[in-house]
Amino acid sequence: MITVKERPMTSKFGMKEDKTIYSVDNFNLWYGEDQALNEICMDIPTNKVTAIIGPSGCGKSTFIKALNRMVELIPSVKMTGSIDYNEQNIFNPKYNVEELRTSVGMVFQKPNPFPKSIYENVVYGPKIHGVKKKSILDEVVEKSLRGAALWDEVKDRLHENAFGLSGGQQQRLCIARCLAIEPEVILMDEPTSALDPISTLKVEELVQTLKKDYSIVIVTHNMQQAARISDKTAFFLNGEVIEYNDTDQIFSNPADKRTEDYITGRFG
Amino acid sequence: MVAREQFQLDLKSIKDEIIQLAMLTEDALIKAVDALYNQDITLANQIIANDKLVDKRELDINNKAVLLIAKQQPVAKDLRRLIIALKITTDLERMGDHAKNIAEATIELGEHYLLTVHPAVKEMRDIAIEMVRVAINAIKYEDISVARKLSKMDDSMDELYETIIREMLEETATNPEKVQYVMQMAFSARYIERFADHITNIGESILFLVKGESFDLN
Repeated sequence: MITVKERPMTSKFGMKEDKTIYSVDNFNLWYGEDQALNEICMDIPTNKVTAIIGPSGCGKSTFIKALNRMVELIPSVKMTGSIDYNEQNIFNPKYNVEELRTSVGMVFQKPNPFPKSIYENVVYGPKIHGVKKKSILDEVVEKSLRGAALWDEVKDRLHENAFGLSGGQQQRLCIARCLAIEPEVILMDEPTSALDPISTLKVEELVQTLKKDYSIVIVTHNMQQAARISDKTAFFLNGEVIEYNDTDQIFSNPADKRTEDYITGRFG
Repeated sequence: MVAREQFQLDLKSIKDEIIQLAMLTEDALIKAVDALYNQDITLANQIIANDKLVDKRELDINNKAVLLIAKQQPVAKDLRRLIIALKITTDLERMGDHAKNIAEATIELGEHYLLTVHPAVKEMRDIAIEMVRVAINAIKYEDISVARKLSKMDDSMDELYETIIREMLEETATNPEKVQYVMQMAFSARYIERFADHITNIGESILFLVKGESFDLN
């Protein structure tokens, strides 16, 4: 059940000074009878990194899966409220979900390359969208792998199986695969939790570079990572946004005691 | 269960050590002014020797704070607790130095001068000691209302200092042979006034800890 509500004049956690890519208003989500998200109101800025933090089960992953409507693939999900992407409500029945998922790429916790060559992994999306010319595909591969800071490491073995790459390289390949379809937004669901510290730092640096061209929303359990790489941070607890503000403010002087307790490790 | 229990215990232990260090500087100032009034060179030498302990405690607390920052990567108020630990110990170490400076002035004057110490020096010492006690409470309870009191106390201190300097300059004009005495006494008053400024800095640190913003109480 999706109810489209009229947006209030001001949202609870409005960030009107930034250009907004997503505007979330009074968004609620239930898995069956269990409410996973409760009255979420957030504006997600364009060309910034927005981190979502909070303890397990607080609704972080559910929230970012709602941003590309992946969450509705789960049976028994009910939603109310609205999520506007570029000022269009993505839950409007007339909204083209395929178009949404082309504009909004996603990177998951565990690297999930296809059992194909590095090259084929990257061109998979463009091929589905009908790109056939080899010269264009070659260009896409180089641009995407460069964008994901992987080109120099793999340029001489593009036709080898992607499973031969290290975990960190596989994750950057997944980011390259995501870049190949030229999205506007990249959603990252704990993208470094399965990686070693060096690979983690490479992905973090990459995120910093990517924000020039993409808007990034990242769910992370690693609070130092959120502090290092994000511009905005939202703290979720029991399905609610407790605090959403500039990352500098959240990690130096949060307004809500629950945020302070969480980021200083007093619970969670 | 309280998460990061050991870290919380470590933070508390640093706070306790800071309070102990503050009490050491308080003791040093009490004794330094006593030595000045009583021309007690033995006590003055003892104060100078004890200052090494203050210096060592400062280094120990700093090392612990730096190690905790490196290992625990604190944020928000926990980070501010450790940042102010570094600042407060620096202030306390300087306060210890000022007590030592008064002891050195006592030695400089020697046991045989026949002049009495200006009574307001003791008054300044008493205000400074009261300020240390207020600061200790501010540290202990993270209490900003207490920290604000320090600003007012420091104003009284500054007024007394100005009075002493004015009166001593007048004395130099009429009794030029007292220059050495007046200089050392003026220095001593200056050391107590600086001692109090450092306590006011501690008040600023407590305000920064609680409010997350910088304040100027001086």
